[in-house]
Amino acid sequence: MTKEQVFITVIGKDQKGIIARISNAVFAHNINIEDLNQKIMGGYFVMTLLADITDSSITITRLKKELSLIEGEMDLKIQVQHENIFKTMHRV
Amino acid sequence: MEYSLEEVMETVQMTLYHNFDIRTVTLGINLKDCINSDLDIFKENVYGRVSDYGRRLILEAQKLEDKYGIPIINKRISVTPVSLIIEACAEPDAPYQIAKALDKASKDVGIDFIGGFGALVQKGMTRADERLINSLPEVLSSTERVCAFLNVASTVSGMNMDAVIRLGKTLKEIADRTENGIGCAKFVVFANAPEDNPFMAGAFHGVGEPDFSLNIGISGPGVVRSVVEKNRDCGLTELSEVIKRTTFKITRAGELIGRELAHNLSVPFGIVDISLASTTKVGDSVAGIVEMMGIEKMGAPGSTAALALLIDAVKKGGAMASGNVGGLSGTFIPVSEDSCMNEAVRVGALSIEKLEALTAVCSVGLDMIAIPGDTKAETISAIIADELAIGVVNNKTTGVRLIPVPGKRAGDYVNFGGLLGETYVMNMSAFSSHDFILRGGRMPCPVTSMRN
Repeated sequence: MTKEQVFITVIGKDQKGIIARISNAVFAHNINIEDLNQKIMGGYFVMTLLADITDSSITITRLKKELSLIEGEMDLKIQVQHENIFKTMHRV
Repeated sequence: MEYSLEEVMETVQMTLYHNFDIRTVTLGINLKDCINSDLDIFKENVYGRVSDYGRRLILEAQKLEDKYGIPIINKRISVTPVSLIIEACAEPDAPYQIAKALDKASKDVGIDFIGGFGALVQKGMTRADERLINSLPEVLSSTERVCAFLNVASTVSGMNMDAVIRLGKTLKEIADRTENGIGCAKFVVFANAPEDNPFMAGAFHGVGEPDFSLNIGISGPGVVRSVVEKNRDCGLTELSEVIKRTTFKITRAGELIGRELAHNLSVPFGIVDISLASTTKVGDSVAGIVEMMGIEKMGAPGSTAALALLIDAVKKGGAMASGNVGGLSGTFIPVSEDSCMNEAVRVGALSIEKLEALTAVCSVGLDMIAIPGDTKAETISAIIADELAIGVVNNKTTGVRLIPVPGKRAGDYVNFGGLLGETYVMNMSAFSSHDFILRGGRMPCPVTSMRN
């Protein structure tokens, strides 16, 4: 079975608990974190997290909804996008 | 990680900050097999086909929006040119009845516009074509979502000037029957109309198309503007490269989503239209890119050259990204729908004559331009003839979407509302074209079209 992977991208003001909250939320749905990358870019906390949703029963729509709660509470911007879009745009 | 943080962020920022979106997914539907000489059965067939597929289109498009995090702004349908499918119905109001069925089906399932209420009359008109043209004022003033088109010229046939004469009068009539002449925003007249264009108002499902065809129009003036902004000081060769690379990426995204959507709907994938299409949002303007390139205001000397460079780079990047580039695939410069175009008109940088020059290097033509309500019908016909002559001679698509706004004069402000935007009424030439236009007949095709 091909892997279903999504990128979760988080942008916002650096603060305690961002990684903890996001990783807890994905763990609760049996989603494996394949890779994680974070940096301070132009004064903003930026994180990309590659999550494997193959074994999870959650849909991307649902996952987005759940993460949007964290987005609101911590004043972040969180995007969830299937990996294929990055493959298509950045790899020839 | 297989992708760098910068690569991921580039994609994310396009949608978050630079208004990158899929402007439209347009499902082309053949309606020829819905034809029935009993108008009631025919209408039912049309309603059923459009609403079934429209419902599925919206559902599947929504799923992909979520999956890829790229908004799909418009979900639309284009159908077989209606003049062809009403041939078998003797009822004089058959065009109107079919338009009503298309409008109702679209409204019921949430399709925002449906295109194809039109005819191809570049060489002459059938009786059905005439009936359809006669119905335009009533159809465009009494339906909400139906878009109409006429192809009145082509490089191989020349220009049907009899049709052009009628259109001057028809446009005024449509304008008189709708608030601020807004019915005219749903009607475009073409030279060399493409059969697979996903953009309204001119989308239709051509006779060379299969039963279904999923076409997609991407958009990203904001994305291109931002890379031009980052490259303020480079030469034009390098600037072209930068724009090409960016267009490549956004076209690839469009192709991915288009193909997957077609697959999920079990219909053939048609084309990606790589046109840069502006919206009324600040920063989502094609004229804004030209201004960022170093032109103070769109319309200033240099604008045509800058636009030519832009559109060429867009085409080269798009052609590399997709084997299915089609539709119009140019760069739209509508006036009322583009905030910088509109501002250029307001300050007097952009005249209708300069707009005509700009359209010689870009598609699709004189688009969403408000003109004084008392403009003579022959003058409107003459403006149409000028613009379409550019398409005919240069073997390209050109179109005209003019709005003679009742009661308004040059310089007056007019707000069309929503995505159609706002604008200032253009000044018209004071000189007459009356005698030339009223000669009628068919303007012959140019010698360059004789290639066989």
